[in-house]
Amino acid sequence: MSDFSFFLEVVVGGLLSGVMYTLVALGFVLIFKASGVFNFAQGAMVLFAALTFVGFLEFGLPMWAAFLLALAAMLVLAVAIERTVLRPLVGQDHMILFMATIGLSIFLEGFAQLIWGTRVRGLDLGISDEPVEIAGILVSQFDLSAAVMAAVLVAVLSAFFSYTKIGRALRAVADDTQAAQVAGVPLGFIWAVVWGAAGFIALVAGLVWGARLGVQFALTLVALKALPVMILGGFNSIAGAIVAGLVIGVSEKLAEIYLGPFVGGGIENWFPYALAIAVLLIRPAGLFGAARIARV
Amino acid sequence: MNEQGPLLSIAGIEVMYSRLALVLRGLSLSVPRGGIVALLGANGAGKTTTMKAVANLLRSERGEVTRGAIHYDGARIDGLDASDLARRGLSLVMEGRHAFGTLSVEDNLKVGAFSRRDRAVGDSLDMVYRYFPRLKDRRHQAAGLLSGGEQQMCVIGRALMARPRMILLDEPSMGLAPLLVEEIFSIMRQLNAEEGMTFLLAEQNASVALRYATYGYLVESGRVVREGPAAALAADPEIRASYLGLDASAEPGGATLAARRRPRWLS
Ligand SMILES: Nc1ncnc2c1ncn2[C@@H]1O[C@H](COP(=O)(O)OP(=O)(O)OP(=O)(O)O)[C@@H](O)[C@H]1O
Ligand SMILES: [Mg+2]
Repeated sequence: MSDFSFFLEVVVGGLLSGVMYTLVALGFVLIFKASGVFNFAQGAMVLFAALTFVGFLEFGLPMWAAFLLALAAMLVLAVAIERTVLRPLVGQDHMILFMATIGLSIFLEGFAQLIWGTRVRGLDLGISDEPVEIAGILVSQFDLSAAVMAAVLVAVLSAFFSYTKIGRALRAVADDTQAAQVAGVPLGFIWAVVWGAAGFIALVAGLVWGARLGVQFALTLVALKALPVMILGGFNSIAGAIVAGLVIGVSEKLAEIYLGPFVGGGIENWFPYALAIAVLLIRPAGLFGAARIARV
Repeated sequence: MNEQGPLLSIAGIEVMYSRLALVLRGLSLSVPRGGIVALLGANGAGKTTTMKAVANLLRSERGEVTRGAIHYDGARIDGLDASDLARRGLSLVMEGRHAFGTLSVEDNLKVGAFSRRDRAVGDSLDMVYRYFPRLKDRRHQAAGLLSGGEQQMCVIGRALMARPRMILLDEPSMGLAPLLVEEIFSIMRQLNAEEGMTFLLAEQNASVALRYATYGYLVESGRVVREGPAAALAADPEIRASYLGLDASAEPGGATLAARRRPRWLS
């Protein structure tokens, strides 16, 4: 095999995993845009969603029904979080809200395992992991399907938040919360929508990574993959999350293959963070971070 | 509801921030249907706090109405969510021109119609562009890039998109050139005459406000210290001296009315 097609293979593999990073980062970005809060509980939501899905499967439900029920559970969860956690804390410092999401994540991890147990479960989505050859490049079928799913979800969510009335209202809330409320945008509703979207994302991420790693506590760590993506792309930019996810995906794979041998491998796990820190030093707001629109 | 009573009435409200700073101390006022009422006062008198109390925005600033009641159209509104008021036809135009900077002018206006369920939003957009033709020229521009006067037009237009019966206008003249101030105030008067909208107008610039308002209240340290028809207030020698700067004997900076009436050691 030529060097070039090997290189392409690495790049494509990186892009595919990058799409998943983008997806998870999008969950954070939406919540951050709407409320200025870094949602520490995103990882716990991934675990909660995956456990709920597998739990319904174990009841003997078909996959589509388990998916819909798990999705419904995530939406109910979003509304419950808005009512019981966010609404009482309106007007509090962002740090207090951040701590509330830490509490929420501990609760969700405990609650999910209380209901569904702590056993590690396998999850078979029925997609084979055999590589297929596309234009001379070997691509994992599973990665490809996961990436397509994630890409569709990213496209749908970003179209929703760019072109619909609710999306416009979300951007208004992100710009100026009080002014948006005064203009008639109910903050609670917007929050429930973005937490619902984050729940949806958590479910898809939980399925893909659950199928990879098994449905277990380690899934909560998946969300950490989104951190460098957000640092790179900016905490409040949807476009930034998309580009940064792909950049991180590709660069960590390239680094692993081409730099790894010189430092004894294992680069993939820390390279994104190193890249993110480097960007942080040069552009603190991230590549796409809120370039605040203002007259000069 | 109560067709005869005032559209907005504030009865003896006290407002505290962070449970310790008492900012409004029993402030009362009422705004008749179809009126333009001016709320006058110096920096820190409590005008904005009054507006935010009506719009239910205090909670997000750790403020709270601790006494008194606010009625709009005959019903208490103290407990409602800030966004419910838009649906009831009460819109606040906040002090300091809070346009959504990253949204286009037209998107800003459309957000103003968020609470509406009817299909006539396009008509309202046309109406706003009729009153503010400059917004139409700039409709695809990000609102953050507009001039101060255009931003003020944009946020007033956004309030109009909710088809309000009453608009609370907080300090629309702030930082604008005199000509632009007149332009904005005469549009307010036009809206009042043509669309029957009621206005409560908070202003430091008493001389302009009293020319456009029908009635006025003067606030000092969270209380109403003087009220009356706009013409009477404008003619009041003490107000002329302290707030209109028309009296040669007025101290620089303008002492407050209360301070002038009382010996200093009592205040
Ligand atoms: N969030 C807050 N927390 C504590 N105190 C506040 C807060 N907002 C306003 N105040 C205080 O309340 C008082 C009244 O302020 P307010 O903004 O209502 O005055 P204003 O009449 O609108 O003044 P200006 O003409 O300068 O806009 C001021 O002393 C101010 O310091
Ligand atoms: Mg003010």
